[in-house]
Amino acid sequence: MGQFTGSGLSSFRGQRLVFRGLDFDVGEGAMLHLVGPNGSGKSTLLRIMAGLLPVIEGQLRWDGTPLAEDRDGHRARLLYVGHADAVKGALSVTENLQFWCDMSGGGDMAGALERFNLGSLADLPARFLSAGQRRRLNLARLAAVPAALWLLDEPAASLDIASAAILEQAIARHLADGGCAVMASHGRHPPDGMVLALDQYAGNMADLGDPVL
Amino acid sequence: MHRFANPTRFLKLISALQPWAMGISVLCLATGLYFALIVSPADYQQSETVRIMYVHVPASWMAMFCYSALAGASAAGLIWRHLTAFVVARATAPIGAAFTFLALATGSLWGKPMWGTWWVWDARLTSVLILLFLYLGFIALEGAFDDRSRGMRAAAILAIVGAVNVPIIKYSVDWWNTLHQPASVVKLDGPAIQSSMLTPLLLMAVGYTAFYFWVMFVRVRAEFNDARIQALRLRHSQA
Amino acid sequence: MSAPDPSPGSPLGALIARDIRLALRQGADSMMVIVFFVLVVVLFPLGVGPEPAILGRIAAGVIWVAALLAAMLSMDRLFQTDHEDGSLELLVLSPLPLELQFLAKATAHWLTTGLPLIIVAPLLGLLLNMAPAGYPVMLLALALGTPSLSLIGGVGAALSLGARRSGVLLSLLVLPLFIPVLIFGVSAVDAGLTGSAAKAQLLILGGLLLGAVALAPWAAAAALRQAAE
Repeated sequence: MGQFTGSGLSSFRGQRLVFRGLDFDVGEGAMLHLVGPNGSGKSTLLRIMAGLLPVIEGQLRWDGTPLAEDRDGHRARLLYVGHADAVKGALSVTENLQFWCDMSGGGDMAGALERFNLGSLADLPARFLSAGQRRRLNLARLAAVPAALWLLDEPAASLDIASAAILEQAIARHLADGGCAVMASHGRHPPDGMVLALDQYAGNMADLGDPVL
Repeated sequence: MHRFANPTRFLKLISALQPWAMGISVLCLATGLYFALIVSPADYQQSETVRIMYVHVPASWMAMFCYSALAGASAAGLIWRHLTAFVVARATAPIGAAFTFLALATGSLWGKPMWGTWWVWDARLTSVLILLFLYLGFIALEGAFDDRSRGMRAAAILAIVGAVNVPIIKYSVDWWNTLHQPASVVKLDGPAIQSSMLTPLLLMAVGYTAFYFWVMFVRVRAEFNDARIQALRLRHSQA
Repeated sequence: MSAPDPSPGSPLGALIARDIRLALRQGADSMMVIVFFVLVVVLFPLGVGPEPAILGRIAAGVIWVAALLAAMLSMDRLFQTDHEDGSLELLVLSPLPLELQFLAKATAHWLTTGLPLIIVAPLLGLLLNMAPAGYPVMLLALALGTPSLSLIGGVGAALSLGARRSGVLLSLLVLPLFIPVLIFGVSAVDAGLTGSAAKAQLLILGGLLLGAVALAPWAAAAALRQAAE
């Protein structure tokens, strides 16, 4: 489906140079693991990849085209899972997921609920869900809406072992279909596949000449 | 212009210009006030109170000029991400607010003998009051976030949104029947005011403008120095 | 097996529907705005004195200002919950342009706040002894002015998202920008009360509304992207 590459990326947040000169390359069917200690910029890099944070240095490309030239297309092809679950307590489980399906122009809502074991909770107001169930509702978007690129920020947080296995299956299916994914993890279990260790790109303030504001 | 996005180059430029701004400002304000208060004639209708005009009118011009500078610097900062533009915007806001307040206060002092009232809710006065609120809103918004850069960028958007007020102020006396005097200097067919009054007016305007640049340069340099100190402290603690 | 799926909707419709649904289910919020509106109006006879002639003179202005303040109360929640629960960044990332999403949210806000205010306003006109000639113009003027308030207020809400004391800050930003609408809105009702045509003022209100529809989405979308960073 596509190849996602980045070159020379930097991030400067809150007077701190988080990383500098970072490159990556994720092809079809490939998964990139982001590892590094807290504060090394895993979430920041994912947000830059999504387009939430601006690219101040370097470039991001999809299939060779710079993202700056195709912002709308990039948004249409990606799914982002952040730390928060984006679940509205006053709406039911079904209404929550149906909303995100509608926002993306359609998707298999019922199938996604089943796959993530939420079928029995379909009409329950979401405020009664546990943390793990909310996370599964958030992740159900991955199964509901087709997208070429998945950007996942510690998706397995607050999931039990069975749910984590469901997530792994969903990721595996996505990669087998030709999609690609970038995932930040705590690094407790060393993952196989491509790994990007962010602390090797950590910036030093002394590298910058004149102090920047 | 993009050459001066580099902070070092910008600082060199304004450090060189600052003594000139100070000199021109002091000179023009001194001579302007001399002409205004002593040499220029008293108005046949208003006698001596007309002299408030020489303080009031340039102050209102500066209120609009500073806001245009604020909106322009904000736009430059948002579009090209020049941090120096944001520093200029932050430096300009309080100066512009002060000029606006000066214009409103001196206008009020002039209005009492001339119109018989301290204040009237006509289009010109109301829109200048809104201008003051826009300045204050900018300053408040800029400082309301723990993340300073978020505050600055939000304030920049506000500055651009409020820029629509400036032409409204300028043309309000033409569009509406107002108590305030219509334009007599900045008109398409030239000033309609005699030179003995025009000269001190223009001198004061140049003096005020130079004063603005002087104070703005001082504030910009102070902010850069502050940032340098902070960065050095940070480097020191990380080393 | 779960209940039958709700029919898929367009993205724009889905956003408006969701916001309305949330507002209705958390119904206390809309109710509180209406009650505040009534309370503020009720304060004026108590403060100014109950003499009918005086109240009738200030009725138009009081109703407008009270509607403005009441709408301000509900404004900072416009994006707050989305920002806090992580929905905002997903909305920024969704294919529907953020400017259109803002129009959708402002529409939903008007339907759940502005429209109820308009419906309650005649009742308050009675309390303030407003002459009958004023009612039709007042309703029309409010119908043109309250959407502008949702739009301008929405820009303020987006700008102050995540700030300290965002409620007060929002009012500080929005009230000056709203003054032209207020001036022409009251002037329209006063014209109606004195029997002269309010056409000019209503046209200007319409123009201000169109201006807000055209310009507010850009400012708000820029502010929302900054907030989602």
